[in-house]
Amino acid sequence: MKARIHVTLKPGVLDPQGKAIEHALLGLGFGGIDAVRQGKYIEIDLAESDWDKARTDIEAMCRQLLANTVIENYAIELTE
Amino acid sequence: MQAGVVVFPGSNCDRDVAVALEQSMGRPPVMIWHKHGDFEPVDLIVLPGGFSYGDYLRCGAMAAHASAMKEVARRAEKGVPVLGICNGFQILTETGLLPGALMRNAELKFVCRDVALRVENTQTLFTSRYSAEQVIRIPVAHHDGCYFADRNTHARLEGDGQVAFRYVDDGGMPTESANPNGSLANIAGVFNAEKTVLGLMPHPERLADPAVGGEDGRPLFDGLVEALAR
Repeated sequence: MKARIHVTLKPGVLDPQGKAIEHALLGLGFGGIDAVRQGKYIEIDLAESDWDKARTDIEAMCRQLLANTVIENYAIELTE
Repeated sequence: MQAGVVVFPGSNCDRDVAVALEQSMGRPPVMIWHKHGDFEPVDLIVLPGGFSYGDYLRCGAMAAHASAMKEVARRAEKGVPVLGICNGFQILTETGLLPGALMRNAELKFVCRDVALRVENTQTLFTSRYSAEQVIRIPVAHHDGCYFADRNTHARLEGDGQVAFRYVDDGGMPTESANPNGSLANIAGVFNAEKTVLGLMPHPERLADPAVGGEDGRPLFDGLVEALAR
């Protein structure tokens, strides 16, 4: 089983890197961009075969280490 | 009095802070390797600046789970004072010993220069040797020093005297241009609710001896020794 985890800054938290990317894209001539937010993508290969157990484990990993919940949200996707 | 300095792989201000502590204490502190969770009793724990674990994932995120940090958290709960400088501050927020978080500087640049700080609360172990609203000069050197806290946490910090230092201009005002990293309300350092844990981004240990250009950082160490030696 594989876990795909997206860690993103909470809405309202300043994201100067996203802002810099946005300016760079506009500088390259790409229009129609309202906002850019930058985050992290983490992949974890799991030996676990029980989907509920895997989700519980990954949730705990996100809360304890992978995300700082003061400033970040996380989203978990489990696949075969 | 005895102090302990926790050394992580990637710490680079451990020696500087040991020198500043020795100057004030009259004896060298014990150096505690990050893997040692059973270090001797000390009256003060210092988490030095640097780039622990290469700043992987987030600054301080890995160090927060080191064996020594588990013991630091236990002792902090019992009231042992903890001082975190720069990366040490980041580690303290990652462990939850201090509220808020430290993020990438708003201008996305590493900032390395002297800044003016206003001492916001002098009724603590750490700041008793400064006078109220005194403006001091201390260097900063960081890439991730933008302090953030949610609205409720920020209100609590301001209401309970938990803001330790603020970035100010030469006139002592916390203006936008005096803010080197985009920190909320120009906050440079915060205390826990009990005022036994202090984290700050600037480096008082780097200006604690006239030979290196100033000693505005020294009263912090002298004050701690005075308070803890009693």
